This record gives sequence, C-alpha cells and structure tokens, in this order.
Amino acid sequence: MAHAHHDHADHGHDDHAHGPDKGIMRWIKTTNHKDLGTLYLFFSFTMFFIGGLMSLVIRAELFHPGLQFVDPELFNQMTTMHALVMIFGGVMPGFVGLANWMVPMMIGCSDLALPRVNNWGFWLLPFAFTMLISTLFLPGGAPAGGWTMYPPLVLQTGDAFPLLIFAVHLMGISSITGAINVVVTILNMRAPGMSLLKMPLFVWTWLITAYLLIAVMPVLAGAVTMLLTDKYFHTSFFSAAGGGDPVMFQHIFWFFGHPEVYIMILPAFGIVSTIIPTFARKTLFGYDSMVYATASIAFLSFIVWAHHMFTVGMPLAAELFFMFATMLIAVPTGVKVCNWMATMWRGSMTFETPMLFAIAFVFLFTIGGFSGVMLALTPVDFQYQDTYFVVAHFHYVLVPGAVFSIIAAVYYWIPKWTGRMYSESAGKWHFWLSAIFINLTFFPQHFAGLAGMQRRVPDYAVQFTDMNVLSTVGAFGFFLAQFIFIFNMLGSCYGWFGRQRNLPDRVWEGAKGFEWIVPSPAPYHTFEDQYPLPDAELSVHHDAKH
Amino acid sequence: MTDEGNQQQEKRQHLSRLLLLVAGMFGFGFLLGPLYTAICEATGVNGRMKVEASQVQAGVVDTSRTVTVEFVTTVNGSPLWKFSAEQPSIKVHPGQLYTVNFYAKNTQNMDLVAQAVPNIAPGSAAPHLRKTECFCFNQQPFKAGEEKHMPVKFMLDPALPKSIDTVTLSYTFFDATHLAAQSATKPRS
Repeated sequence: MAHAHHDHADHGHDDHAHGPDKGIMRWIKTTNHKDLGTLYLFFSFTMFFIGGLMSLVIRAELFHPGLQFVDPELFNQMTTMHALVMIFGGVMPGFVGLANWMVPMMIGCSDLALPRVNNWGFWLLPFAFTMLISTLFLPGGAPAGGWTMYPPLVLQTGDAFPLLIFAVHLMGISSITGAINVVVTILNMRAPGMSLLKMPLFVWTWLITAYLLIAVMPVLAGAVTMLLTDKYFHTSFFSAAGGGDPVMFQHIFWFFGHPEVYIMILPAFGIVSTIIPTFARKTLFGYDSMVYATASIAFLSFIVWAHHMFTVGMPLAAELFFMFATMLIAVPTGVKVCNWMATMWRGSMTFETPMLFAIAFVFLFTIGGFSGVMLALTPVDFQYQDTYFVVAHFHYVLVPGAVFSIIAAVYYWIPKWTGRMYSESAGKWHFWLSAIFINLTFFPQHFAGLAGMQRRVPDYAVQFTDMNVLSTVGAFGFFLAQFIFIFNMLGSCYGWFGRQRNLPDRVWEGAKGFEWIVPSPAPYHTFEDQYPLPDAELSVHHDAKH
Repeated sequence: MTDEGNQQQEKRQHLSRLLLLVAGMFGFGFLLGPLYTAICEATGVNGRMKVEASQVQAGVVDTSRTVTVEFVTTVNGSPLWKFSAEQPSIKVHPGQLYTVNFYAKNTQNMDLVAQAVPNIAPGSAAPHLRKTECFCFNQQPFKAGEEKHMPVKFMLDPALPKSIDTVTLSYTFFDATHLAAQSATKPRS
C-alpha cells in the first residue's frame, strides 16, 4: 500500500516542513519520534560499548587469581560504573528508543503526545552520562561502592559523589518524561478501532513498563536525595548516630530496584511476542493471558523487594513472605514462556536473525528465571548472597534476556527504518558467535558462585581459576562479535556494501501491524491523517474467528 | 477541530494526573523511612527498641528462669574510643532489675560527642527489654582523653518468650560530634 499524500490544511497545529532539517541542528532540535528513536538507539549502543569496555577490564583482571592489571580501587569503580552505564545508559534508553520508533507506528498515530518533552528527555542523557563518566578522571576516582549505592560505604565516595547523585537525578527525570509520554500517547492517541485488548503486545508491555517507571523512578530520586543530604547537610536518614538506619536505604532502594528489573525485561517480552508470531506464521498464542501475565508481574514486582536483602536480619515472617511472593512470579512468567512455545508449536517456522535471537531469548531467559527461583529460596539465598551465582543469574536475564531482545528488535525493524535489508549471513554469524560466547561467559559463573566465589572482589582463590578463564574468554569473544552487528546495522543505515532500497512495505510476509502498511523506509511523518486503518492488522490475535 | 481540541484537553488532564503521581511517589520515598521505623518499633522487628526510659513496676520475679544476657560493644569506623562492658555477660531472672557498667575512654586529643545505638538479638526479645537508665538515651560528651563509667539499668519482663535463653545486647558508638554541634539547641527527638 503506497503512502498517500495528504492535505494538511485541516490540521490545527502549525504546519512544519515535511522532512527533516539539514545538519546537526536537525538532531538537536528534533521533536520527531523517529529521529529521537534513532538518537536513543545510537546513544544506547554507545553506552553498551563503554559499559562493555568496563566489563572487559573486570574480566581481564579476573583472568587469573592475584592482582595483575588494575588496583582494587579501580576494579571497584569498574564494577560500579559498568552496572550504572549498562542499566541506565544501555538497556533503558535502548527500550525507550524502540518505543519512540515503534509505539506511534504500531498504534497508528503521527508522533508521541508530547514531542518537545521527548526531545528534552533525550538530551538530558548525554549530559547525565558525561557527568557520570567524567568522575573516572576526578581525584578519588569514580563511585566504587556498587551501583546499589548502599550507605555508609557510598558516603565515602570522594568528589564523584555529588556528580553521581545528580547524574542519577537526570537519568530519572529523563526516564519519567519518556514514560509519561508513552502513557499519554497510548491511552489517548490510538487509531479508531484499536481497543486496549487489540493493541500489539509491545505496546501493552511498554504501557505497563511506563507505569512502573512513573511509580518507582521518583522513589530512587528520593533515596539518592536523602544520601545527598546525609552527606552534606548532616541529616540522618541512614546514619545510625542520628537515629537513622542504613538498612532503611536498602528497603527504599529495592522498592525502586525490583520494579526496575522488570522495567528492563517487560518490553523484551513485548518484542519477543511480536517476533515469534511473525516467523512462526501463527498468531500469538494466548494474547489475553500475555497481557494479564504482564500486569501480574508488574504488580508482584512491588511486593518482593526484600528478597535482595534476605541476609540483613529480617524476622522469619518477612523472610517467608518475600520468599513466597518471589516464587509466585514464576507463575505468570511461566505462562509467557509456555505461550511462546505454543506459538511456535507446529508453526511454519523460518529462522531469520531476529527469530534466532528471539528463540535464544526464550531459552536463555528461562535459565535465568530458574536460577532466580533458586535465589528466591531464603535458606539457599543465605548461601548464594553476593556470590557469582547471583552475577550469573542477573546477567542471564539481562544479556541474553534484555540485550538479545533489543538486538532482535533492531534486526526485525531496521529494514522498515532504513528501507535496506541487513546482511542475513552476517546476522547469522553474529547470532551464533553471541549465543556461544555469552554462555561461555556466564554459565561457568554459576559453578564459581556455588563454590563460593565472591562478587565485587578483584582476586579469588585458585580453585576458581578454570571457570574464570572460560568466563574471560567468553566476554572478549562476545564483545568482539558485536562489531559484526554494528557494521551490519550501519551498512543498513548508510547503504554500505551495496545495499539497495528495494523492500516491500511488509518486509516480513508473516508480520502484522500498522508499521507494515507504510512504505519502507518509513516516511518522516506517518499516520498524519487517521484514515481508516485496516482491521486485518489489528493485532495479531483473535484469528480463531477469521 | 473540536475533536482535536478535546483530545488536547484529555492529554493535558492525563499529563497532570501522571505528574501528580510522580510527585506523590517522590514523597512516598521519603515516607518509607518513618513508615519503616514505625513498623519496626511497633513489632520489635530488626531488634529496634524505643530509645527512651521505660517505667518498671516492682513485679513478680521469676526465679525459676535464668536467662543469659550478653553484651557486645563496637565503635563505628575508626576507633576514637575504647569502649567495653565491664562484664561480658550476666545471668538474670526475668522481672528483676539489674545494673551493668560500661566503660568508655576518648582516645583522642580533642573533645568528642558519642551516640550509642543499641540493638538486641533475637529481635523477638526487643519488646521485653526494659531499661530505666542507659547512656544510649542521650549523646555523651567526652573531653579529650576523658573516661567514663556508664551504668545501664535494665530488666527483662517475665513475658519474655520461653524459648529464649540468651539475649544479646549490643551497643555501637557513633561519632556524633558534628550532629551535636549542629543541633545544640534542640533536643534529639
């Protein structure tokens, strides 16, 4: 279907030129959701690169026992900064970028509800991360007390401390503006006929994620503000001397922190629920149950925070409550995994790169889910707390989970964004190298952790050497493999390697959704007029009635 | 046009509701502190005790039970004080009032103010420990090099759960010199 050109005379807002401005000011001033989505994604992958380099410092140091490359102080800075950069700079902006690009196109509206706020939200991030990363060059170095910023340790951070706090504030404001934008857009600007339960699942998961962000990012802002005043204004929120309690910080932090881990995985669920039906050539199995499972996970995320702090000395009743509530999360998550498998069951499957990453997501995320259930058991957690078993667990859900889903999404939609197909053979190389090396990196860490290897320590006992050698080799291999991806995607953006713009509107013949009825590449403005959109694209579900 | 106007208004209403939610959650973060303290003090969770003198009526002394009370002393951070209990533990009968002395010496060449923070294990014993006098009720000023013998008067009430035969009472000395200077005029709440 060709994109019709419309008469804009009946638009209430000021008319603006069709097509982007030229030069750098296009990117600084843009309020276009596609431009901002692109900016978010470039920013995200820059941060993945920086955070990845930090992880290589960590893995190089841990290649052998003893201290060889860095001193312990720098090692601690690397673990702390790696986490902050990857979480707030890599994964979260990555998902916001995908939401920017796809949510308006999936619900058939022209842009996000608050385009200027969108621009502002993005441009806070480069400043926040410049500030955060600049602390590496300050006297005393970067924050080294862990990304969880537990007092009293974090209060010993040197000159970097206020910069850390203000960087977190800026990231928080950016996330909140992005989340508000997504909620207002989804709830007010859907195409006629798209009721809530006909929305694509990526839109659903982002709606719920956005509510989580709005609910918990302000709590984090409050927590770090309390740290700031404890340090500089002699308040005693977390200082026992003045009647406060350092454990209270952990409660407040994880009240933010647990929903935060779902913020980093729910959009991934949406992506996988979009990709698997396309390449299985079946509609998503159990659409409604997917929506309810997502909502249940979001609700449960608010009542499980203390499972991160089983060892602080809680009463038995609290330990039991948080243990059972945490185990309960496995139920809606299991519903999702079973739905994905049922979607693939007897489908006409093909294994293009996005599908490979999506299937790897289902398999490897589930491994992370299983180790999560193990960690949920209080008595077991007493043994595993702060070991590499925990590191292995959350990296399985974050890397082959969240990061694989972002990669899958980019492979899936980049032909729509640029109008040029990526190289399928390079994509397959990228996938297989990533899948092998990521398991080589993190699977041995389960064993090191079970045997008692502590996290956040630059040295270890010699019996852990073999596992750490494997891990380090895997990490370097995984890092290098990502360059295939970067060049493949840049090739698609800029037409390198002789890539041509020759794609049909519906790039994947099994794909459904409004994004597939606009031309490839998607024009700068889409769905400016709400012409009747074809019902056949309305999600993906209820095909039993067709 | 009116449709678009309505949509603008709906968007704006939605936006202000969400901003209100953001402000509310920011406040809730601060509220979590007092909430947590209130819950812990009400239930005795986390070994927290009310840091104030309690009234003790002369009651029945349960001589059939003997409970060991152990004392643990810690100085937070760098060792500005020597701090110890004059006896490591004491055997007590529930219902009887005891006095134990603690010793502290300022090892520095400057005046310091200490704040002792008590904790009790197991947490379920916390509601049953009654102290009529404790150096932890107030900040303790020390002149340079000064030493002090500080009494704690306490009893375990007879309602102490039968399963508990040992109670550990811990005190940690915190340097509160800055806090004391700052709030010299207002009493600690």
